[in-house]
Amino acid sequence: MAEPYVELKSVSKYFGSVVALKDVSFDVCPGEVHCLLGDNGAGKSTLIKTLSGVYTPDEGEIRVQGKPVRFASPADTRDSGIATVYQDLALVPLMSVARNFFLGREPMRKFGPISQFDADFANRTAYDEMSAMGIQLRDPEQPVGTLSGGERQCLAIARAVYFGAKVLILDEPTSALGVHQASVVLKLIVQSKARGIGVIFISHNVHHAYVVGDRFTLLKRGRSTGTYAKGEINRDQLLNLMAGGKELVDLEQELAKSGRNGGG
Amino acid sequence: MVSEIRDERVRSVSRLSRLLARPELGAAAGTVLVFVFFAVTAGSSGLFSAKGIINFLEVSAQLGILAAPVALLMIAGEFDLSVGSMIGFAGILIAIPAVFWGWPIWLSLLFTFAVCGGIGALNGLAVVRTGLPSFIVTLGSLFMLRGLTLGLTRGISGRTQVSGVHELALHDPLNSLFSGQVLSGLIAWLADIGLIGKRADGLPSISGIPVSIVWWIVLTLACTWLLTRSRFGNWIFAAGGEANAARNLGVPVARTKITLFVMTALAAALFAAIQVLVTGSADTLRGTQKEFEAIIAVVIGGTLLTGGYGSAVGAMFGALIFGVVQMGIFYTGIDTDWFKLFMGAMMVIAVLFNSYVRNRAMRSR
Repeated sequence: MAEPYVELKSVSKYFGSVVALKDVSFDVCPGEVHCLLGDNGAGKSTLIKTLSGVYTPDEGEIRVQGKPVRFASPADTRDSGIATVYQDLALVPLMSVARNFFLGREPMRKFGPISQFDADFANRTAYDEMSAMGIQLRDPEQPVGTLSGGERQCLAIARAVYFGAKVLILDEPTSALGVHQASVVLKLIVQSKARGIGVIFISHNVHHAYVVGDRFTLLKRGRSTGTYAKGEINRDQLLNLMAGGKELVDLEQELAKSGRNGGG
Repeated sequence: MVSEIRDERVRSVSRLSRLLARPELGAAAGTVLVFVFFAVTAGSSGLFSAKGIINFLEVSAQLGILAAPVALLMIAGEFDLSVGSMIGFAGILIAIPAVFWGWPIWLSLLFTFAVCGGIGALNGLAVVRTGLPSFIVTLGSLFMLRGLTLGLTRGISGRTQVSGVHELALHDPLNSLFSGQVLSGLIAWLADIGLIGKRADGLPSISGIPVSIVWWIVLTLACTWLLTRSRFGNWIFAAGGEANAARNLGVPVARTKITLFVMTALAAALFAAIQVLVTGSADTLRGTQKEFEAIIAVVIGGTLLTGGYGSAVGAMFGALIFGVVQMGIFYTGIDTDWFKLFMGAMMVIAVLFNSYVRNRAMRSR
């Protein structure tokens, strides 16, 4: 396998007496989808925030392209090619797709001493970049509020990629979506992978993760229970490893028993 | 836009549905309605004579000077309730140094703009730093500035009015910027060819276009350019639409808002400069309720109270409606007591209409 673009080596993070992450190692290579699975409170958020520069690890180190780094801020992380797409997607619903695409990094055009927003370039680029991800916009000037959930994800991802992301951290991108929109997002993930981008896909939905993932890391109570390649594990094993897999089986048996008792 | 590049796969949205999603649509329609209404009821009264037109345009212009930057601030999601008091304060800041301390007018004007800009920045800083609603913070400024104006004026002059600015301003280099008229030659020519009525003494019924109207148009154009064509405009929409998202993308939301508070304060100072130099006096009660009139004009102009959506051109229509209705009621002979009832109702209707337009814009096209 190729050299990892970013890796965490035995990272721990404490908040007072709470052990949020303990001795977790995690990496992602270009053109790979690495799924980070775990229940609520397993430490997924802490891991993402450590990777995206919001937190600095208390122990262990972060390497980008093999070199140890210390991220000073999320902006610093973004500059080294790691982009986080949070659930709120950082979009402004009443603004146009093109303006959202370039928000904070507006393309300017000079007219003598005056420089103004290059709307043509912004419209064209937003449209092209989203087409490259497989979403055909009706109109790059339509407000983001009129886009579907999948299209919004596409906008956020295409924007990150356009501005130089080599690794995308997608925080639960499918969790708030319906079946169809979720499959749109899964296609986007495959699309990003095909373009040589490393994707860290955070989810608690094993079914979504298993479809697109190359490797799977499970977090449980702040610790990694191991990383598995797709060939090494099947969907049911993965489900059972997740917190809840075993519990659900137990619950099922219990209910079946009480159902028999009640019926009898 | 000079050349619009369209992909053949994009279904073109009809011009009409695009137009219907514009924020200023309601105000433009309202303006037409108001004009038609007064053309019917007051057509013969002189409201639409050259003199009448200049009269209502002057009222509109003064409000419009405030409304354009207030629109930008409201699009960024903030209110400035202190602009009315700022007008009174700026007025005495111009008049007192000139009348009592012998400053030249140009110096007291520069002084006033600097002080007002500073107070605007303080308003903005207070809002951004404390995270309190700007409604409350600037409500505080509204009262503080009015109190300061009264206290200072009475303390220094012993009265609440300062007059005698006219004589001092007569030869001042900045005087004509705020109180002059433009295009007098054109007006005279129009009168000669009979397009504008003449008075009994043979002079045209108006001698020129008041410079405040020029300020109004220039400011509206400048604010529109800022909003739709500049980087700053993108930040204004983002700051009001979704401040958190904007911040995450590196937009300096705090700086954007502070700049806008400075702009509304400077607009209030400009309003005061025009008023003081045209009337020749300052009064501690000047500008009362202008903050609300500006908000009414902006809201009629299609700007959302919650921010993130709106236009400066809309605010211009809002101010125009305001001026026409105010003068129109006067010309038709309706008791002017009814004016406020009308404007209040107009605003409520505008808000309802705007939320309808907004929902339309947000619906999948």
